[in-house]
Amino acid sequence: MSERDYELDNIYMEFILENYRNPKNYGSMDNPTVERSGSNPLCGDEITIYLRIENNRIVDVRFTGRGCAISQASASILTEMIKGKDLDYVKGLKEEDLLSALGIELSPARLKCAFLSYRVLKDSVSGF
Amino acid sequence: MVNDSILDVKRIREDFPILRRRINNKRPVYLDSTATTQKPRAVIDAIVNYYENYNANVHRGIYRLSEEATDLYEKSRKNIGNFIGAREDSIVFVRNTTEALNLIAYSYGNLLREGDEILTTIMEHHSNIVPWQFLSRKGVKLVFADINPDGTLNMDDFIGKINKRTRIVTVTHVSNVLGTINDVEEIGKIAHDQGAVFIVDGAQSVPHMPVDVRRINADFLAFSGHKMLGPMGIGVLYGRKDILESMDPFMGGGEMISEVHTYGSKWAEVPLKFEAGTPNVEGAVGLSAAVDYLRSLGMDNVRGHEKYLVSYALERLGSIEDIQIYGPKDPEKRGGVISFNFRNIRSERIHEQLRKEGIMIHPHDVATILDMDSVMVRSGHHCAQPLMERLDVPATSRASFYIYNDRDDVDALYDAIGKVRGVLRI
Repeated sequence: MSERDYELDNIYMEFILENYRNPKNYGSMDNPTVERSGSNPLCGDEITIYLRIENNRIVDVRFTGRGCAISQASASILTEMIKGKDLDYVKGLKEEDLLSALGIELSPARLKCAFLSYRVLKDSVSGF
Repeated sequence: MVNDSILDVKRIREDFPILRRRINNKRPVYLDSTATTQKPRAVIDAIVNYYENYNANVHRGIYRLSEEATDLYEKSRKNIGNFIGAREDSIVFVRNTTEALNLIAYSYGNLLREGDEILTTIMEHHSNIVPWQFLSRKGVKLVFADINPDGTLNMDDFIGKINKRTRIVTVTHVSNVLGTINDVEEIGKIAHDQGAVFIVDGAQSVPHMPVDVRRINADFLAFSGHKMLGPMGIGVLYGRKDILESMDPFMGGGEMISEVHTYGSKWAEVPLKFEAGTPNVEGAVGLSAAVDYLRSLGMDNVRGHEKYLVSYALERLGSIEDIQIYGPKDPEKRGGVISFNFRNIRSERIHEQLRKEGIMIHPHDVATILDMDSVMVRSGHHCAQPLMERLDVPATSRASFYIYNDRDDVDALYDAIGKVRGVLRI
């Protein structure tokens, strides 16, 4: 049996940590076009996403939440990805797109953390 | 503070093949025995020996080999019963504690009626909550006794919630999160005074301290083999024989019958009445070997060793300002389990809106960072979500100790915790 060498430090790269400690687009929004929340009951991660949509475009996005570094950094990075973009872009977004933006390898358990904000976002635009 | 354990941990470690492994070129610091324990060579050998020399289906064969297998299975039952002060005819083999509790909820639950109450505590594992929730369909009420701020059971609240309608009192002996050791002897007396049956979830006590069903007034005691050096897939339900006899079977099939006719059957005697299908003979044999191993150490010594380790861990972890520890601070009232969290961090390095409340470093990040040093702790809700809600935390990190842990493991845990903020640069 070969020993797998886990490069665990990799998931806490400075880019991830910076988005964890100083998330972009953090805070709630008054009168958003849509507001959706989601959680991972297994670990207690929570994310709320607020969108202002005008002419099929995300003109502003905010989020609040609490949870692990991966879930919170992922939400921050995701909001940066969609800000100013068309709804079609958001609807066409794939899990792989978010993963490549995060730039880290995640174990199956931690993928759920990373995809929490993605799930909430997809849910929030499903009605448009 | 005592500086030496009663147990010779260095020698004990040699009995556990898995502890020779290196993970990331590091010695494994296994601190998750509350979830499952590692297995000594004696248990692994007993299982191999069973398959190499005795394997046959039990209870039915007339040939010699089957008789030998049956004999091994029944001797295991006797040996395991003996370990908890019970006769073999009140020992039912099940898969695990969860199955044992489900068996009672189903079979004894059949005797309950609308308006009856079940009294439990807020510190229970899901396996001692969810099976009882099933009974709410027929109008049985589930009532929870609260805890004190120190994580002990609030006995005033407990006594205030027991009444004539209480038919079942079901309590964990040792909390898998708080480590709290409940005074089951006293709780059992109170339950019996009200005419209720008393069920003890022994998953975290039978492996770690001397437990005698007669002394703790238990009508039922449930525990799992894999949390006490035995294999997975074998557990025990002890039940008072007259109560077991009054209960319907749990599952139907082979083994549990004495006669089957086209439109009706008669049940086998207790305990076989509750063991439908081919049993886990390998598991019973392995658990019996585990019991022998524990007995050779002495359960008083096992308890003494854990008390010694938990005192040391409380002292070391308690000295870290960032860390909050849950559960009793008195090692006399606590098993070898420590749940903890980082206190909220309000450093200048974090977003100003987050600074007001602070960031709680999530237990999953803690466990990931500890794992870089091969320090294995559990993180999450530990199958005790009602308790997490009561403590108002999403999750905790949990370190738990057993006979193969020593002060060096506590030191490794302490050192690894010290690295967490550095890795997150927070």
